[in-house]
Amino acid sequence: MVSEIVQKIGNECMKSDVPAFAVGDTLDVHVKIREGEKERVQLYSGVVIARDGGGGTESFTVRRVSHGVGVERVFPVHSPYIDKIVVLRSAFVRRAKLYYQRQLTGKKARLKEKILTKKA
Amino acid sequence: MNGLIGKKLGMTQIFDAEGRRVAVTVIAAGPCVVVQRKTQASDGYDAVQLGYGTQKASRMTKAEIGVCTKAGVEPQRVLREFSCSSTDEVAVGALVTASVFDGVKYVDVIGTTKGRGFAGVMKKHDMGGGRMTHGGHSKRRVGSIGQCSYPARVAKGQRMPGHMGNVRVTQQSLKLLDVRGAENLLLVQGAVPGANGGLVIVKKALKKAGAA
Repeated sequence: MVSEIVQKIGNECMKSDVPAFAVGDTLDVHVKIREGEKERVQLYSGVVIARDGGGGTESFTVRRVSHGVGVERVFPVHSPYIDKIVVLRSAFVRRAKLYYQRQLTGKKARLKEKILTKKA
Repeated sequence: MNGLIGKKLGMTQIFDAEGRRVAVTVIAAGPCVVVQRKTQASDGYDAVQLGYGTQKASRMTKAEIGVCTKAGVEPQRVLREFSCSSTDEVAVGALVTASVFDGVKYVDVIGTTKGRGFAGVMKKHDMGGGRMTHGGHSKRRVGSIGQCSYPARVAKGQRMPGHMGNVRVTQQSLKLLDVRGAENLLLVQGAVPGANGGLVIVKKALKKAGAA
């Protein structure tokens, strides 16, 4: 069991502006990149295939296929390097970890999109 | 004063000033009470004896109770000595908090490692073991421990199975990332010997005296 004090220290870095996103969502992750003195924002978009952990130590894995090569990046949810996260699409998924996506390409790798109905 | 008695609370992670994710161990260091001040004149060396945590008097030896009563403090659960310089003005009965580590960059942490019981050589000494298939006869065993008629004995220091863990270990020069004097907490980068809740002794790093 994690001590309450330890948990509190781990949660200190939590950001309040992280949008709600789930496994299967397609995201735009705006990542801050430092080049020497300058800092710029790079876009990394892909499908969330896993969320791990909780509280301040939570991380998520974003998979995309870039030039025919699968790329996965793991980000801490509350990383100061993340400028912002934009949810583009959501999908119906039936499991918490979409590692099966690694074996699939093309049409087989599609996810069933969830059409979000606007609440009044 | 060069150290404190504390308790390992557990591990978590924080983001450092550069945004990197760092694994940290949280140690509840102190508050400790000064039980005895040993001096060159009376004891032949300079040291401070600190006490940590309270204990029922019935669970202590008469000698320990005597030390505590003389200092006018509650019976202390743990008593440990820390070296100090002869010029250090420390009053007996004074409270020492984690703020003694203010401005310190590196610490040594002493703890008792988790006991692993009677362990084999693969776990204890990181040996390779034999092959698992194709008729392997020494799957997780030591294998050969020496030659035959010469030298006709096993070399001293031959690594063999046996008890592993539950020994006092000092982890030197760990980065001290944060000192929270008010809450008596220390955040140390990386792992520290022992289980959560275990007793640890934190000292200013011996080999980083210049950097501190």
